[in-house]
Amino acid sequence: MRIPILKLYDCLLVSIQWELDDMTALQFQEDLLHKIHETSANGVVIDITSIDFIDSFIAKVLGDVFSMSKLMGAKVVITGIQPAVAITLIELGISLDDVLTALDLEKGLEKLQQELGD
Amino acid sequence: MEFQSCVKIINEWDIVAARQLGRNVAKELGFGTIDQARITTAISELARNIYLYAGQGSVSIEKLNINGKSGLKIIAEDQGPGIEDIRRVMEDGYTTSGGLGAGLPGAKRLMDDFDIESIPGEGTKIVATKWLR
Repeated sequence: MRIPILKLYDCLLVSIQWELDDMTALQFQEDLLHKIHETSANGVVIDITSIDFIDSFIAKVLGDVFSMSKLMGAKVVITGIQPAVAITLIELGISLDDVLTALDLEKGLEKLQQELGD
Repeated sequence: MEFQSCVKIINEWDIVAARQLGRNVAKELGFGTIDQARITTAISELARNIYLYAGQGSVSIEKLNINGKSGLKIIAEDQGPGIEDIRRVMEDGYTTSGGLGAGLPGAKRLMDDFDIESIPGEGTKIVATKWLR
């Protein structure tokens, strides 16, 4: 099943609602880049409130999505990282340092507006 | 040993099946959400390594009860190429697959006990345990 990507003004909104398997994660990476290209979106918010664990593979895909979108001129903010996810990512040794994050969707959209400069 | 359940790792979907099994058993044993995430993540790393490097193998989940202490044991086994230099693969950032190189050292930090045995040409067996506090 593909992850739906919604357009909201000049941004894209994604809410990941179920556990990601490898294929879905890679498909999402590709779909999002196509959608950025198609819609000329400046920003993307990816909400992962429903995700209760992230392993090194999913972390790499999310980090890559961030860098690839940046190459295309779009900023990505990841929102809704749960306490258990933050703890396990750091224990795994993954800090996703360059990735923009916010507590929830609302703060994520605010952060994106700031980043985009209006 | 009162309970053991096993998932054969042959394709990517089996990685999902293995971690779902682990999470369910962790929940049954009474682990909190953070330990459930640690166990699920560790299983995911070990199962993916089997899929990536050995092609196939198995992940077994055991409930432990030793001297009144409960725990969850993960046994990840394969008959793949084995690991030449175990010290190297336990270093953060070392990878031969283009990944982050976080899998094995990360899984070790997420669990309480972690033991790895590997014979080049014969296979690898990793046993990791999380104790209920």
